[in-house]
Amino acid sequence: MIGSGTSALGAAAGIAAAAAEPAGTAVEPAALGAVPLLEARGLVKRYRLGGGLLGALGRGGGRRSGTVRALDGVDLDLDRGECLAVVGESGSGKTTLGRCLLRLIEPSAGRVRFAGEDLLALPARELRQRRRRFQMVFQDPDGSLDPRFTVGRALAEPLAVHGLAARAARPARVEELLRLVGLPPSAAPRYPHELSGGQRQRVAIARALATGPDLLIADEPVSALDVSVRGQVLNLLARLQDELRLALLLIAHDLALVEQVAHRVMVMYLGRVVESAPAAELFGRPQHPYTAMLLASVPVPDPAVRRPRGAAAGEPASALEPPPGCPFHPRCPIARPRCSRETPPPAEVRPGHRAACFYPGQAPRAHGE
Amino acid sequence: MSAAPPLSVDRLTVTVPGPAGPAEAVRGLSFSVGRGEALGLVGESGAGKSLTALALLGLLPAGVTASGRVLVGGEDVLALPERRRRRFRGGRLAMVFQEPAAALNPVFPIGFQVAEAVRAHRRLSRAAARGEALALLEQVALPDARRRFRDFPHRLSGGQRQRVVLAMALAGRPEVLIADEPTTALDVTVQAQILDLLGALRAEYGLAVVLITHDLAVVAETCDRVAVMYAGRLVEEAPAERLFAAPAHPYTRALLAAVPRLGRPAPRGGLPTIPGAVPEPGAAPSGCPFHPRCAEALARCRRDLPALYPLAAPAGGATAGAAVHLARCFLHGEEPQEAAAGGAEAA
Repeated sequence: MIGSGTSALGAAAGIAAAAAEPAGTAVEPAALGAVPLLEARGLVKRYRLGGGLLGALGRGGGRRSGTVRALDGVDLDLDRGECLAVVGESGSGKTTLGRCLLRLIEPSAGRVRFAGEDLLALPARELRQRRRRFQMVFQDPDGSLDPRFTVGRALAEPLAVHGLAARAARPARVEELLRLVGLPPSAAPRYPHELSGGQRQRVAIARALATGPDLLIADEPVSALDVSVRGQVLNLLARLQDELRLALLLIAHDLALVEQVAHRVMVMYLGRVVESAPAAELFGRPQHPYTAMLLASVPVPDPAVRRPRGAAAGEPASALEPPPGCPFHPRCPIARPRCSRETPPPAEVRPGHRAACFYPGQAPRAHGE
Repeated sequence: MSAAPPLSVDRLTVTVPGPAGPAEAVRGLSFSVGRGEALGLVGESGAGKSLTALALLGLLPAGVTASGRVLVGGEDVLALPERRRRRFRGGRLAMVFQEPAAALNPVFPIGFQVAEAVRAHRRLSRAAARGEALALLEQVALPDARRRFRDFPHRLSGGQRQRVVLAMALAGRPEVLIADEPTTALDVTVQAQILDLLGALRAEYGLAVVLITHDLAVVAETCDRVAVMYAGRLVEEAPAERLFAAPAHPYTRALLAAVPRLGRPAPRGGLPTIPGAVPEPGAAPSGCPFHPRCAEALARCRRDLPALYPLAAPAGGATAGAAVHLARCFLHGEEPQEAAAGGAEAA
């Protein structure tokens, strides 16, 4: 159903060159010398808090001003056809990361390369031109859809802005985009408020795909949807990603959901990546004690399975005053003196599996199902 | 156990104003919760679960009306004059909502607020109330309770604030606790701690708990019994073990299948889903409200609303007496079943 529309979409949007590579399903590993589509190194985002309201209200210590390190040296590689999930709790920096990668907010330091090009060095004008190649889907579709525009107009607008389809060709493209996300052509004259939440998120995804992007960053794309509808949108994202060979960065807090679609997972804590691994590895053999605690905290939809009590302790420290040493050590069940003095660097514990912990794999295991 | 249950709801109907006239957002809901028991009230948006919570507390907004009975310790909350109802709330009947910040006053220290809650329901000196407040804060395991006593709410994390709200809820020595999405705004590691705390408090005080949530996994962890709502109706009620092991209503079955399970991923892009969307409040279809999305719908499901049919207890079930299992579905009715007309044709 979607196949025929897909090739037309690719051609019309001008991503033919990108898509012309062998259409294998395997992901080319960056290690073989190929440049990954998206590459970030040492990404840092600092926010200065003055003596104003924010500074005065900061919880935690008594400091009235200072610097928040929302991102504290993040490395990331993402390829076409690959889904990388970024998970973490509030304050982990996962949302800031997504926005910094696309320069929706300016990183304070570090490097971002997109298709080999230094994104941070691009002048604003050129950055705008590149924007059609990387798009974003947000948690709340209402934030990206103007309530006064019909669905058809919302989808035609990016085509016009980026000069991707002549006026006469736009209705056909709009119909194609709707079909791509599983909506009938009759949705085009509708207004957002006439659609359900799941349908609105489909429109937001169609709008992001209108410019034929290579990279899609989805920040909690199904969190605002009903449980019975989440699967529809998640399945759609996975299918579109495979068919269009998109690089998909999925930012999410729901680990069970992430496990459904991610090829690789990155776990963040207080602005740092504490663990990254292929999904099966990470869920099957978590190496960082924080990952183990996260997994042990996920409630199980089965009363016969008892989650171990007391598996989780404490709450993340304030990013205003991150603890010295390993940021997780105050909550860590296996912390030793060294952990409060030195910050463990990410180290490879198995091939492709990195953990920023001096004692990887030693935390108690999650549920014994 | 033989006495009247702390909370009993009888044919509760909540009517909300809508563009096309008044609409019934909750329709004929009945359930009861025993001492020390936790009932999970589960549903998606538009199920009517949050309006149910507000109706139980007598907090419905202006223009929204409730009929039926909500008996707390034998008294009908819906029939009480507002003055007496106010004394009920925070007393016998306590509540915890999703957003703890909304339940706390930003300009008073947390210790003071808990002490005030104590004094609102008991004749105690200020000093005695402060002592009681500190004991409550220690009981909800607020870290460093003594030191944090004079802290303002904004100095606390979300999980710590929810602990303070729980301490305030306990101040009136309640029999019934209504918890509406109490952990939805919290991170997963914090949610785990608050759920553990809720369980401990329930056991300690013999609280009757109504846990209102969209999250089936949270219910599985915390509740003895589960009531599933859809489009304002109760569609299934069963002991938790039963509901998760042998769900009877097609909606419950589909919803359970749609919940991803850690460690058991579906094939990529193949997570089971329910077609369509939940109906808007007041726009529920005729007959069974789930029939347009139901794979097993019969012709009569479009016409008639099924009753809540009792299901036979599982063979060899030891606790058959108390373990009522009800499903609002003709598949479990007495009548001879028609040939399936198929819900797919509607789609």
